[in-house]
Amino acid sequence: MNHQIVRLMYVALGLVAVLVVMTSYWQAWAAPSLAARQDNAIKRVAEFSIDRGLVFSFGPRKRLARNVERDVDGEALFFRRYPQGPLAAHVVGYSTVGRSRTGLERSLNDYLTGATGNLASVVDKALDELRGKPVQGNDVVTTLDLDAQQVALDELGTRCGAVFAFDPRNGRVKVMASAPSFDPNLVENRFGEIDEIAADCRAPAPLLNRASAGLYVPGSTFKVVTAAAALESEEYTPESSFFDPGYCTVYGRRVNNFDTSRPFGTISLETALVYSVNSVFCNIGLELGAKAILQQARRFGFYDRPPLETPAEERLASGLYQQGRLYVPRVDADVDAGRMAFGQERMLVTAEQMAMVAGSIGVRGRLMEPHVVDRIVGPGGRLILRERPRLIRRAVSEETADAVARMMRLAVERGTGTAARISGWSVGGKTGTGETGVPGANTTWFIAFASRDEESPAELAVAVVLENQSGTGGETAAPIARAVMEAILRPTENP
Amino acid sequence: MSARGRELVGILVASVIAGVALASVAIARDAEASPAVVRYGLLFAALYVVAHVVLRRTVPAADSALLPLAAVLTAFGLTFNYRLDADDGARQALWVAIGVVVLCATLVLLRRDYRVLESYRYLFGVAAVALLLLPSVPGLGTSVNDARLWVDLGAFQFQPGELAKICLVVFLAGYLREKREALAQGRLKDFGPLLAIWGAAMLVIVQTNDLGSALLTFGIFLAMLYVATGRALFVAAGLGLFVAGAAVLYNALQHVQDRITIWLQPWTDERVFCAVSGTMEFRQDCASYQLVRSLYSIANGGFGGTGIGGGTFTSTDGTELIPYLRTDFIYSAIAQELGLVGAAALLLCTMLFVVRGMRIALRAQDGFSKLLAAGLTFGFALQVFIIVGGVLRVVPLTGITLPFVSYGGTSVVVNFLALAGLLLVSDRANRPR
Repeated sequence: MNHQIVRLMYVALGLVAVLVVMTSYWQAWAAPSLAARQDNAIKRVAEFSIDRGLVFSFGPRKRLARNVERDVDGEALFFRRYPQGPLAAHVVGYSTVGRSRTGLERSLNDYLTGATGNLASVVDKALDELRGKPVQGNDVVTTLDLDAQQVALDELGTRCGAVFAFDPRNGRVKVMASAPSFDPNLVENRFGEIDEIAADCRAPAPLLNRASAGLYVPGSTFKVVTAAAALESEEYTPESSFFDPGYCTVYGRRVNNFDTSRPFGTISLETALVYSVNSVFCNIGLELGAKAILQQARRFGFYDRPPLETPAEERLASGLYQQGRLYVPRVDADVDAGRMAFGQERMLVTAEQMAMVAGSIGVRGRLMEPHVVDRIVGPGGRLILRERPRLIRRAVSEETADAVARMMRLAVERGTGTAARISGWSVGGKTGTGETGVPGANTTWFIAFASRDEESPAELAVAVVLENQSGTGGETAAPIARAVMEAILRPTENP
Repeated sequence: MSARGRELVGILVASVIAGVALASVAIARDAEASPAVVRYGLLFAALYVVAHVVLRRTVPAADSALLPLAAVLTAFGLTFNYRLDADDGARQALWVAIGVVVLCATLVLLRRDYRVLESYRYLFGVAAVALLLLPSVPGLGTSVNDARLWVDLGAFQFQPGELAKICLVVFLAGYLREKREALAQGRLKDFGPLLAIWGAAMLVIVQTNDLGSALLTFGIFLAMLYVATGRALFVAAGLGLFVAGAAVLYNALQHVQDRITIWLQPWTDERVFCAVSGTMEFRQDCASYQLVRSLYSIANGGFGGTGIGGGTFTSTDGTELIPYLRTDFIYSAIAQELGLVGAAALLLCTMLFVVRGMRIALRAQDGFSKLLAAGLTFGFALQVFIIVGGVLRVVPLTGITLPFVSYGGTSVVVNFLALAGLLLVSDRANRPR
């Protein structure tokens, strides 16, 4: 029997060896991916013993997230409070025991808990642990302009929509507001109250960050992309003339202008953008083809998640959508290029993406990466990370950018966007009224940039989107864009 | 140094480990080491020194490593039961003391010749089946975590499946020693009683929902059958039968299906129907949250662990994050606080125990003793594999105890009984003739 006993011993040892291997697998190999999972209750609760880093706005400097220390069974635990309430809820997000994290609380968790950093901070953390002191996280300073953020939320009011404003020269995000907002302090214990938040749209969804994850029909704001594509093709100039009968014919069917009663007759491309004439862009679209226009859209950042430090899940790419998924047409005939050229068809975009379009036009075609984090500072004020301006790519040539910028300035001067004029600044903008198919429930837009004069680069780009509107973009969205831009550009006059 | 001298050194080493570990718990809890801590270490040492003295008188030639290894394993168990719940830690300490008493009593009773047990083999066989089915007797059994494993005796609950394991090993050792030549020839009629055991194992699954005990029982049976006959074919056929039976049961029993589903896909990307809440949930938030959190607990330990007292087992409001942590999931608590280093040390102790146990089987002179030692040792290893493998998602999770470590009186006492068996066989094998 000894032969069998030896073999049985090997089997038994083999079984236990499998356990050693699998323990190593979970503790070494799989541990990082398990630690990153949002449903990891152990990690989430364990991190409450960390003196989590604070989150600040840039100007005026205020705490967006702070900690309250509470003693639980002899252990100091740090619970999150959000002193500004709903003001920056979608950017900062929340960190609670019961629910997975969102916003910067989620994407910057490793920094806020001190899990990442340079060698010095790792050593500090290990020493803190040995001394039994709570581990200190790193503070995050955002680029947000809290006063302008307040203006944006006030202006949005009970309407559903979003405002995104950033400096197109360096990508610093000044305003990222989504309405309705919510008070992140309620998430832990009074989540029911968030569910009951009401607003002027069918699904208020207060937790949704509409600025980067709300997909909307772009309407006429997309004409900026079409105009850029037309000029880049070198087949058109701003002076190219068109005949506007008040409609355009696509596949034998008439596509009407917004106002069919006043056909413009013979007009230039420039005038068409200033007065937002659908038929002109419809014909350009048919001429250029869908793929050429989409190619230009891609250069503006479409079909990629708009870059930002918030979690990837909270940002959606703009582009054609089919059955809830991004859709890339294989041939031109797959898409109605005429309708797409003035922002209908299956085109869906985010406010952040449209602000990027306006911004890159305003700074002579350079597309900068938006970022909402200014710097990350370790305990004791040591600088851990400072965001630098990053160029994504050149979206259009300088000549094209200047030409489209001129058209947009004229639209604000005497076209559809006059409500956005700011004295002392040269504002270029484009209105949009996206038809959702339901009368009186349009999605309205205004995208704009502002510079000191016509020669200098834009210092601010903004996109405003509103749901469920009966008016036009020029009537509803443009005044909000102006208020937010004034708050940022003239901070003293709007305390 | 004599075998017993080495054993004493081993016990003292184990006592130092236990003392330091318990002191760590007390320091983590009260931020200071109270004099009580020294008392814990001394009491632990005293308990095992008493056992050592009894061993000197009853089984002087027995293996020197088994008792210290059992001491280390109980030190793991006491430390973590005390760390997770001070009251349960005290109760577990009482059970370890009772276990040591049972060990000593068994050694004293059977010190002349344990082989008398062989003549009662059928009694043990009947007892094993009866004990396994006892919890399903109406009015006697109680249900914990969907499985009927417990017998309620008024003030005190008893888990008969654990004891059945020992009875089965004794029965099989006697039966197989007698029938091994006949069985090796492979005549069909000799397999009657063995098929009966297979049937009993299946019945246990159906009656008590206790997959773990069924798997353990059947695994021990196959291992001993192989040792007795040397026919790997029997093992293959037995495994085939078990898998076939389990497959039939899989289709018939929702409970088994759930276990398999949780094992194969603990995480889902889309919401699935949750029977507990009646709503659509991610599976990791519903049916498999216990297993998934246990894996998170293990992963949180990393290489060096969070340190004793530094692990996270309760939410900030004091609610338990992992149910059955002290029984089924004690391994994930150990793995979090002691890390890979500590968990590997625990498994290494198990491996050493297996090697020593099998060595005893090799050195034993008669078939009954060999089968008894091999069966007890393999049963120990398989039990560790089933529960730790379940926690680590190597096999479907079934609720059985981790020998000497998990909280639970029956389990601790029965494992000391198995230890007594190994010591008795070892003493006889080592005695000069």
